[in-house]
Amino acid sequence: MCLAIPMKVKELYEDGFGTVETDGAVYHVNLSLTENVKCGDFVIVHAGFAIEKLNKKEADTRIALFKEMAEMGGGKLKLES
Amino acid sequence: MKYLDEYRNPEAAAYIGRKIKELAAYQKRSIRIMEVCGSHTMAIARYGIRSLLPENVELISGPGCPVCVTEPGYIDAAIKLAQKGIFIASFGDMLNVPGSKLSLAECRARGAYVETCYSPMRAVEIAEQNPDCEVLFLAVGFETTIAPVITTLNIAVNKKIKNFSMLTAFKLIPPAMKALLSDPEIKIDAFLCPAHVSAIIGAKAYEPFIKENKVPCVIASFEPVEIMLGLLGILQQLRDKEARIENQYARVVKYAGNPKARGIIDLYLRPVDAAWRGLGIISESGMELKPEYKKYDASKRFGIEIKKGKTDSKCRCGDVLKGKITPQECALFSRNCKPANPVGPCMVSAEGSCAAYYKYCKK
Repeated sequence: MCLAIPMKVKELYEDGFGTVETDGAVYHVNLSLTENVKCGDFVIVHAGFAIEKLNKKEADTRIALFKEMAEMGGGKLKLES
Repeated sequence: MKYLDEYRNPEAAAYIGRKIKELAAYQKRSIRIMEVCGSHTMAIARYGIRSLLPENVELISGPGCPVCVTEPGYIDAAIKLAQKGIFIASFGDMLNVPGSKLSLAECRARGAYVETCYSPMRAVEIAEQNPDCEVLFLAVGFETTIAPVITTLNIAVNKKIKNFSMLTAFKLIPPAMKALLSDPEIKIDAFLCPAHVSAIIGAKAYEPFIKENKVPCVIASFEPVEIMLGLLGILQQLRDKEARIENQYARVVKYAGNPKARGIIDLYLRPVDAAWRGLGIISESGMELKPEYKKYDASKRFGIEIKKGKTDSKCRCGDVLKGKITPQECALFSRNCKPANPVGPCMVSAEGSCAAYYKYCKK
Protein backbone atom coordinates (compact mmCIF):
# COMPACT_ATOMS: atom_id res chain seq x y z
CA MET A 1 0.00 0.00 0.00
CA CYS A 2 2.84 2.37 0.74
CA LEU A 3 4.92 1.40 -2.25
CA ALA A 4 4.76 4.87 -3.67
CA ILE A 5 7.14 5.67 -6.51
CA PRO A 6 8.72 8.85 -7.83
CA MET A 7 6.90 10.38 -10.77
CA LYS A 8 7.82 13.44 -12.84
CA VAL A 9 5.47 16.42 -12.72
CA LYS A 10 4.15 17.31 -16.20
CA GLU A 11 1.42 19.89 -15.58
CA LEU A 12 0.09 21.82 -12.62
CA TYR A 13 -3.52 22.97 -12.38
CA GLU A 14 -5.01 25.73 -10.24
CA ASP A 15 -7.23 23.41 -8.22
CA GLY A 16 -4.30 21.62 -6.52
CA PHE A 17 -4.26 18.77 -9.01
CA GLY A 18 -1.77 18.03 -11.76
CA THR A 19 -0.43 15.33 -14.03
CA VAL A 20 2.63 13.22 -13.40
CA GLU A 21 4.31 10.60 -15.53
CA THR A 22 6.41 7.52 -15.07
CA ASP A 23 7.65 5.20 -17.81
CA GLY A 24 5.36 6.88 -20.33
CA ALA A 25 2.17 6.49 -18.27
CA VAL A 26 0.45 9.70 -17.20
CA TYR A 27 -1.61 10.06 -14.02
CA HIS A 28 -3.85 12.77 -12.63
CA VAL A 29 -2.88 13.38 -9.00
CA ASN A 30 -3.59 15.74 -6.13
CA LEU A 31 -0.56 17.85 -5.17
CA SER A 32 -2.03 19.77 -2.22
CA LEU A 33 0.11 17.89 0.32
CA THR A 34 3.32 19.18 -1.28
CA GLU A 35 4.90 22.63 -1.52
CA ASN A 36 6.85 24.56 -4.17
CA VAL A 37 6.44 21.86 -6.79
CA LYS A 38 7.37 22.84 -10.34
CA CYS A 39 7.04 21.02 -13.63
CA GLY A 40 9.99 18.68 -14.01
CA ASP A 41 10.22 17.99 -10.26
CA PHE A 42 9.76 14.45 -9.00
CA VAL A 43 7.07 13.67 -6.43
CA ILE A 44 6.27 10.51 -4.49
CA VAL A 45 2.76 9.38 -5.39
CA HIS A 46 0.53 7.23 -3.18
CA ALA A 47 -3.18 6.51 -3.73
CA GLY A 48 -3.50 9.35 -6.26
CA PHE A 49 -1.77 11.92 -4.05
CA ALA A 50 1.74 13.34 -4.13
CA ILE A 51 2.89 12.96 -0.52
CA GLU A 52 6.32 14.54 -0.85
CA LYS A 53 8.67 16.18 -3.35
CA LEU A 54 11.91 14.35 -4.10
CA ASN A 55 14.99 16.26 -3.00
CA LYS A 56 17.24 15.96 -6.06
CA LYS A 57 20.37 17.02 -4.16
CA GLU A 58 19.86 14.27 -1.56
CA ALA A 59 19.12 11.77 -4.34
CA ASP A 60 22.38 12.69 -6.12
CA THR A 61 24.31 12.40 -2.82
CA ARG A 62 22.91 8.92 -2.37
CA ILE A 63 23.83 7.83 -5.87
CA ALA A 64 27.35 9.22 -5.33
CA LEU A 65 27.57 7.15 -2.12
CA PHE A 66 26.74 3.97 -4.04
CA LYS A 67 29.38 4.81 -6.65
CA GLU A 68 31.94 5.31 -3.87
CA MET A 69 31.03 1.97 -2.31
CA ALA A 70 31.25 0.28 -5.71
CA GLU A 71 34.79 1.61 -6.08
CA MET A 72 35.78 -0.01 -2.78
CA GLY A 73 35.60 -3.07 -4.92
CA GLY A 74 35.28 -6.78 -4.41
CA GLY A 75 32.81 -8.13 -6.86
CA LYS A 76 29.20 -7.74 -7.87
CA LEU A 77 26.01 -8.67 -6.12
CA LYS A 78 23.10 -8.43 -8.52
CA LEU A 79 19.81 -8.07 -6.69
CA GLU A 80 17.10 -9.06 -9.11
CA SER A 81 13.68 -10.42 -8.35
CA MET B 1 16.22 10.04 -13.40
CA LYS B 2 16.55 6.33 -14.04
CA TYR B 3 16.36 5.67 -10.37
CA LEU B 4 16.21 1.90 -10.63
CA ASP B 5 19.61 1.50 -12.25
CA GLU B 6 21.45 3.88 -9.97
CA TYR B 7 19.92 2.41 -6.80
CA ARG B 8 20.66 -1.20 -7.79
CA ASN B 9 24.42 -0.88 -8.18
CA PRO B 10 25.72 -4.48 -7.95
CA GLU B 11 29.23 -3.52 -6.84
CA ALA B 12 27.84 -1.35 -4.05
CA ALA B 13 25.59 -4.26 -3.02
CA ALA B 14 28.63 -6.57 -2.81
CA TYR B 15 30.52 -4.06 -0.68
CA ILE B 16 27.55 -3.62 1.70
CA GLY B 17 27.07 -7.39 1.94
CA ARG B 18 30.72 -7.79 3.01
CA LYS B 19 30.43 -5.05 5.59
CA ILE B 20 27.27 -6.63 7.03
CA LYS B 21 29.12 -9.94 7.44
CA GLU B 22 32.02 -8.21 9.23
CA LEU B 23 29.79 -6.34 11.69
CA ALA B 24 27.57 -9.37 12.30
CA ALA B 25 30.66 -11.44 13.18
CA TYR B 26 31.69 -8.67 15.60
CA GLN B 27 28.38 -9.11 17.45
CA LYS B 28 28.85 -12.83 18.24
CA ARG B 29 25.14 -13.15 19.08
CA SER B 30 21.94 -13.25 17.15
CA ILE B 31 20.51 -9.89 16.13
CA ARG B 32 16.78 -9.59 15.54
CA ILE B 33 15.74 -6.69 13.35
CA MET B 34 12.06 -6.01 12.76
CA GLU B 35 10.58 -4.15 9.84
CA VAL B 36 7.08 -2.74 10.23
CA CYS B 37 6.19 -1.96 6.65
CA GLY B 38 4.47 -4.24 4.16
CA SER B 39 6.52 -2.80 1.32
CA HIS B 40 9.71 -3.78 3.17
CA THR B 41 8.23 -7.25 3.79
CA MET B 42 7.60 -7.67 0.07
CA ALA B 43 10.94 -6.26 -1.08
CA ILE B 44 12.90 -8.41 1.39
CA ALA B 45 11.10 -11.53 0.17
CA ARG B 46 11.20 -10.58 -3.51
CA TYR B 47 14.94 -9.86 -3.59
CA GLY B 48 15.91 -12.71 -1.28
CA ILE B 49 17.60 -10.35 1.18
CA ARG B 50 17.47 -12.91 4.01
CA SER B 51 19.60 -15.34 1.97
CA LEU B 52 22.34 -12.71 1.74
CA LEU B 53 22.61 -12.17 5.48
CA PRO B 54 24.85 -14.00 7.93
CA GLU B 55 23.08 -16.56 10.12
CA ASN B 56 23.06 -14.41 13.24
CA VAL B 57 21.16 -11.53 11.58
CA GLU B 58 17.47 -12.29 11.60
CA LEU B 59 14.94 -10.15 9.76
CA ILE B 60 11.48 -10.32 11.31
CA SER B 61 8.35 -9.03 9.64
CA GLY B 62 6.09 -7.11 11.96
CA PRO B 63 2.57 -5.71 11.57
CA GLY B 64 3.39 -3.64 8.53
CA CYS B 65 0.22 -4.18 6.61
CA PRO B 66 -2.81 -2.11 7.72
CA VAL B 67 -5.22 -4.54 6.07
CA CYS B 68 -3.70 -7.46 7.98
CA VAL B 69 -4.09 -5.78 11.37
CA THR B 70 -7.74 -4.87 10.83
CA GLU B 71 -10.05 -7.01 12.95
CA PRO B 72 -12.56 -9.22 11.09
CA GLY B 73 -15.30 -7.29 12.89
CA TYR B 74 -14.49 -4.28 10.69
CA ILE B 75 -15.20 -6.35 7.57
CA ASP B 76 -18.42 -7.58 9.21
CA ALA B 77 -19.50 -3.96 9.84
CA ALA B 78 -18.74 -3.01 6.23
CA ILE B 79 -20.71 -6.00 4.98
CA LYS B 80 -23.69 -5.10 7.19
CA LEU B 81 -23.70 -1.63 5.66
CA ALA B 82 -23.31 -3.04 2.13
CA GLN B 83 -26.28 -5.32 2.76
CA LYS B 84 -28.37 -2.22 3.62
CA GLY B 85 -27.74 -0.94 0.10
CA ILE B 86 -24.94 1.49 0.93
CA PHE B 87 -22.34 1.82 -1.82
CA ILE B 88 -18.98 0.66 -0.48
CA ALA B 89 -15.75 2.00 -2.01
CA SER B 90 -12.53 0.39 -0.84
CA PHE B 91 -8.87 -0.14 -1.54
CA GLY B 92 -8.54 -3.37 -3.47
CA ASP B 93 -6.80 -5.59 -0.96
CA MET B 94 -9.64 -5.30 1.57
CA LEU B 95 -12.00 -7.15 -0.72
CA ASN B 96 -10.78 -10.69 -0.23
CA VAL B 97 -10.05 -10.45 3.49
CA PRO B 98 -12.33 -12.88 5.33
CA GLY B 99 -14.65 -11.36 7.91
CA SER B 100 -16.26 -13.61 10.52
CA LYS B 101 -18.33 -15.26 7.76
CA LEU B 102 -17.98 -13.49 4.43
CA SER B 103 -15.54 -11.29 2.60
CA LEU B 104 -16.55 -8.10 0.78
CA ALA B 105 -15.87 -9.84 -2.53
CA GLU B 106 -18.37 -12.57 -1.60
CA CYS B 107 -20.81 -9.89 -0.50
CA ARG B 108 -20.40 -8.20 -3.88
CA ALA B 109 -20.99 -11.52 -5.64
CA ARG B 110 -24.31 -11.66 -3.81
CA GLY B 111 -25.40 -8.32 -5.21
CA ALA B 112 -23.96 -5.62 -2.93
CA TYR B 113 -22.45 -2.46 -4.41
CA VAL B 114 -18.72 -2.71 -3.70
CA GLU B 115 -16.13 -0.97 -5.86
CA THR B 116 -12.36 -0.98 -5.56
CA CYS B 117 -10.47 2.30 -5.83
CA TYR B 118 -6.81 3.09 -6.31
CA SER B 119 -7.51 6.49 -4.77
CA PRO B 120 -10.09 7.62 -2.17
CA MET B 121 -10.98 10.43 -4.64
CA ARG B 122 -12.84 7.81 -6.68
CA ALA B 123 -15.23 7.36 -3.75
CA VAL B 124 -15.98 11.09 -3.74
CA GLU B 125 -16.56 10.99 -7.53
CA ILE B 126 -19.04 8.15 -7.08
CA ALA B 127 -20.84 10.14 -4.35
CA GLU B 128 -21.04 13.22 -6.60
CA GLN B 129 -22.32 11.19 -9.56
CA ASN B 130 -24.93 9.40 -7.41
CA PRO B 131 -26.40 12.04 -5.06
CA ASP B 132 -29.34 9.82 -4.05
CA CYS B 133 -27.07 7.02 -2.92
CA GLU B 134 -25.08 6.78 0.33
CA VAL B 135 -21.41 6.20 -0.47
CA LEU B 136 -19.00 4.96 2.15
CA PHE B 137 -15.21 4.68 1.90
CA LEU B 138 -13.37 2.02 3.90
CA ALA B 139 -10.68 4.21 5.40
CA VAL B 140 -7.98 1.73 6.41
CA GLY B 141 -4.31 2.64 6.52
CA PHE B 142 -1.26 3.89 8.32
CA GLU B 143 0.03 7.44 8.28
CA THR B 144 0.98 7.39 4.57
CA THR B 145 -2.62 6.62 3.64
CA ILE B 146 -4.31 8.69 6.36
CA ALA B 147 -3.04 11.91 4.75
CA PRO B 148 -4.55 11.29 1.26
CA VAL B 149 -7.79 9.93 2.72
CA ILE B 150 -8.32 12.93 5.00
CA THR B 151 -7.40 15.33 2.18
CA THR B 152 -10.14 13.60 0.19
CA LEU B 153 -12.58 14.11 3.06
CA ASN B 154 -11.62 17.77 3.16
CA ILE B 155 -12.47 18.05 -0.54
CA ALA B 156 -15.84 16.37 0.09
CA VAL B 157 -16.54 18.74 2.99
CA ASN B 158 -15.63 21.81 0.93
CA LYS B 159 -17.83 20.61 -1.93
CA LYS B 160 -20.65 20.09 0.63
CA ILE B 161 -21.19 16.53 -0.51
CA LYS B 162 -23.97 15.19 1.69
CA ASN B 163 -23.95 11.49 0.82
CA PHE B 164 -20.31 10.63 1.59
CA SER B 165 -18.86 9.07 4.78
CA MET B 166 -15.99 6.87 5.94
CA LEU B 167 -15.67 3.83 8.16
CA THR B 168 -12.30 4.48 9.72
CA ALA B 169 -9.69 1.99 10.92
CA PHE B 170 -6.63 4.24 10.83
CA LYS B 171 -3.59 3.05 12.75
CA LEU B 172 -0.28 4.59 13.77
CA ILE B 173 3.12 2.91 13.56
CA PRO B 174 5.16 4.33 16.50
CA PRO B 175 2.69 3.12 19.20
CA ALA B 176 2.74 -0.34 17.61
CA MET B 177 6.54 -0.38 17.70
CA LYS B 178 6.39 0.45 21.41
CA ALA B 179 3.87 -2.36 22.07
CA LEU B 180 5.97 -4.89 20.14
CA LEU B 181 9.10 -3.95 22.03
CA SER B 182 7.37 -4.46 25.37
CA ASP B 183 6.45 -8.07 24.48
CA PRO B 184 9.24 -10.22 26.04
CA GLU B 185 8.46 -13.13 23.70
CA ILE B 186 9.31 -11.14 20.59
CA LYS B 187 12.81 -9.80 21.47
CA ILE B 188 13.64 -7.02 19.02
CA ASP B 189 17.13 -5.46 18.85
CA ALA B 190 16.41 -2.80 16.23
CA PHE B 191 13.82 -1.51 13.77
CA LEU B 192 13.99 -0.87 10.07
CA CYS B 193 11.52 2.01 9.85
CA PRO B 194 9.00 2.50 7.05
CA ALA B 195 9.89 4.88 4.24
CA HIS B 196 6.65 6.65 3.48
CA VAL B 197 5.08 6.61 6.94
CA SER B 198 8.29 8.42 7.91
CA ALA B 199 7.79 10.91 5.08
CA ILE B 200 4.57 11.96 6.81
CA ILE B 201 5.60 11.82 10.49
CA GLY B 202 9.27 12.80 10.08
CA ALA B 203 12.42 11.27 11.53
CA LYS B 204 11.84 13.20 14.76
CA ALA B 205 8.65 11.23 15.47
CA TYR B 206 10.78 8.24 16.49
CA GLU B 207 12.95 10.17 18.95
CA PRO B 208 10.74 9.89 22.06
CA PHE B 209 10.39 6.14 21.42
CA ILE B 210 14.15 5.70 20.99
CA LYS B 211 14.97 7.84 24.04
CA GLU B 212 12.72 5.62 26.16
CA ASN B 213 13.67 2.27 24.68
CA LYS B 214 17.27 2.73 23.47
CA VAL B 215 16.74 0.80 20.25
CA PRO B 216 18.56 1.61 16.98
CA CYS B 217 16.22 2.67 14.18
CA VAL B 218 16.99 3.31 10.52
CA ILE B 219 14.60 4.71 7.93
CA ALA B 220 15.25 3.05 4.58
CA SER B 221 13.59 2.97 1.17
CA PHE B 222 12.26 -0.20 -0.43
CA GLU B 223 15.11 -0.57 -2.88
CA PRO B 224 16.99 -3.81 -2.08
CA VAL B 225 20.45 -2.23 -1.91
CA GLU B 226 19.09 0.49 0.36
CA ILE B 227 17.46 -2.10 2.63
CA MET B 228 20.89 -3.71 2.96
CA LEU B 229 22.45 -0.35 3.69
CA GLY B 230 19.75 0.20 6.31
CA LEU B 231 20.68 -3.08 7.98
CA LEU B 232 24.34 -2.06 7.89
CA GLY B 233 23.40 1.21 9.60
CA ILE B 234 21.68 -0.77 12.35
CA LEU B 235 24.70 -3.04 12.84
CA GLN B 236 26.96 0.01 13.03
CA GLN B 237 24.78 1.51 15.78
CA LEU B 238 24.82 -1.79 17.67
CA ARG B 239 28.61 -2.00 17.35
CA ASP B 240 28.98 1.57 18.66
CA LYS B 241 26.35 0.96 21.35
CA GLU B 242 24.25 3.78 19.98
CA ALA B 243 20.50 4.14 19.71
CA ARG B 244 19.30 6.89 17.41
CA ILE B 245 17.12 7.50 14.37
CA GLU B 246 19.17 7.39 11.18
CA ASN B 247 17.40 8.74 8.13
CA GLN B 248 18.73 6.93 5.08
CA TYR B 249 15.88 8.18 2.90
CA ALA B 250 16.62 11.89 3.19
CA ARG B 251 15.67 12.47 -0.45
CA VAL B 252 12.05 12.04 0.67
CA VAL B 253 11.93 12.00 4.47
CA LYS B 254 12.56 15.27 6.29
CA TYR B 255 13.35 15.55 9.99
CA ALA B 256 10.01 17.26 10.64
CA GLY B 257 8.09 15.19 8.08
CA ASN B 258 5.29 16.71 6.02
CA PRO B 259 3.66 19.54 8.03
CA LYS B 260 0.83 20.02 5.51
CA ALA B 261 -0.12 16.36 5.82
CA ARG B 262 0.05 16.43 9.60
CA GLY B 263 -1.91 19.69 9.70
CA ILE B 264 -4.86 18.29 7.80
CA ILE B 265 -4.77 15.08 9.82
CA ASP B 266 -4.85 17.08 13.07
CA LEU B 267 -7.75 19.16 11.76
CA TYR B 268 -10.05 16.17 11.30
CA LEU B 269 -8.76 13.37 13.50
CA ARG B 270 -7.90 12.71 17.11
CA PRO B 271 -5.93 9.80 18.64
CA VAL B 272 -7.89 6.89 20.04
CA ASP B 273 -7.12 3.42 21.41
CA ALA B 274 -7.28 0.87 18.62
CA ALA B 275 -7.63 -2.89 18.33
CA TRP B 276 -4.92 -4.49 16.21
CA ARG B 277 -5.51 -7.99 14.97
CA GLY B 278 -3.02 -10.23 16.75
CA LEU B 279 -1.70 -7.49 19.02
CA GLY B 280 -4.78 -6.54 20.99
CA ILE B 281 -5.68 -3.01 22.00
CA ILE B 282 -2.82 -0.52 21.78
CA SER B 283 -3.21 2.78 23.57
CA GLU B 284 -3.60 5.84 21.29
CA SER B 285 -2.56 3.85 18.25
CA GLY B 286 -5.56 4.73 16.13
CA MET B 287 -7.27 7.84 14.85
CA GLU B 288 -10.94 8.70 14.69
CA LEU B 289 -12.90 11.60 13.27
CA LYS B 290 -13.43 14.44 15.74
CA PRO B 291 -17.02 14.84 17.06
CA GLU B 292 -17.65 17.90 14.85
CA TYR B 293 -17.21 15.66 11.78
CA LYS B 294 -19.41 12.84 13.03
CA LYS B 295 -21.74 13.06 10.05
CA TYR B 296 -18.85 11.81 7.92
CA ASP B 297 -18.10 9.00 10.40
CA ALA B 298 -20.05 6.01 9.07
CA SER B 299 -20.10 4.23 12.44
CA LYS B 300 -22.03 7.19 13.94
CA ARG B 301 -23.95 8.10 10.78
CA PHE B 302 -25.39 4.60 10.45
CA GLY B 303 -25.27 3.58 14.11
CA ILE B 304 -23.01 0.59 13.62
CA GLU B 305 -20.57 -0.80 16.16
CA ILE B 306 -17.30 -2.34 15.03
CA LYS B 307 -16.83 -5.50 17.09
CA LYS B 308 -13.83 -7.82 17.22
CA GLY B 309 -15.37 -10.52 15.02
CA LYS B 310 -14.35 -14.17 14.76
CA THR B 311 -11.27 -15.72 13.24
CA ASP B 312 -10.60 -19.30 12.24
CA SER B 313 -9.17 -21.04 15.33
CA LYS B 314 -6.27 -22.45 13.30
CA CYS B 315 -5.36 -19.06 11.79
CA ARG B 316 -2.03 -17.79 13.11
CA CYS B 317 -2.01 -14.37 11.46
CA GLY B 318 -1.73 -12.82 14.92
CA ASP B 319 1.57 -14.62 15.62
CA VAL B 320 2.87 -13.85 12.12
CA LEU B 321 2.05 -10.17 12.60
CA LYS B 322 4.03 -10.06 15.83
CA GLY B 323 6.97 -11.81 14.24
CA LYS B 324 6.63 -14.76 16.63
CA ILE B 325 6.45 -17.23 13.76
CA THR B 326 7.29 -17.09 10.09
CA PRO B 327 4.42 -17.82 7.68
CA GLN B 328 5.91 -21.23 6.92
CA GLU B 329 5.52 -22.18 10.58
CA CYS B 330 1.73 -21.84 10.30
CA ALA B 331 0.15 -25.25 9.67
CA LEU B 332 -2.30 -23.72 7.20
CA PHE B 333 0.32 -21.95 5.07
CA SER B 334 0.28 -23.12 1.47
CA ARG B 335 -2.10 -25.96 2.39
CA ASN B 336 -5.55 -24.71 3.42
CA CYS B 337 -4.49 -21.08 3.16
CA LYS B 338 -3.39 -19.81 -0.23
CA PRO B 339 -3.97 -16.52 -2.06
CA ALA B 340 -6.92 -17.98 -3.99
CA ASN B 341 -8.67 -19.10 -0.81
CA PRO B 342 -7.12 -17.31 2.15
CA VAL B 343 -8.00 -18.10 5.75
CA GLY B 344 -6.47 -14.93 7.17
CA PRO B 345 -5.55 -11.43 5.96
CA CYS B 346 -1.77 -11.98 5.86
CA MET B 347 -2.27 -14.20 2.81
CA VAL B 348 -4.64 -11.81 1.08
CA SER B 349 -3.07 -8.43 1.23
CA ALA B 350 -0.57 -7.31 -1.37
CA GLU B 351 1.72 -6.47 1.53
CA GLY B 352 0.95 -9.38 3.83
CA SER B 353 3.82 -11.51 5.15
CA CYS B 354 2.19 -14.77 4.10
CA ALA B 355 1.47 -13.46 0.61
CA ALA B 356 5.13 -12.40 0.33
CA TYR B 357 6.42 -15.77 1.49
CA TYR B 358 3.96 -17.65 -0.72
CA LYS B 359 5.03 -15.71 -3.78
CA TYR B 360 8.78 -15.64 -3.21
CA CYS B 361 9.86 -18.08 -0.49
CA LYS B 362 7.57 -21.09 -0.71
CA LYS B 363 10.22 -23.65 -1.54
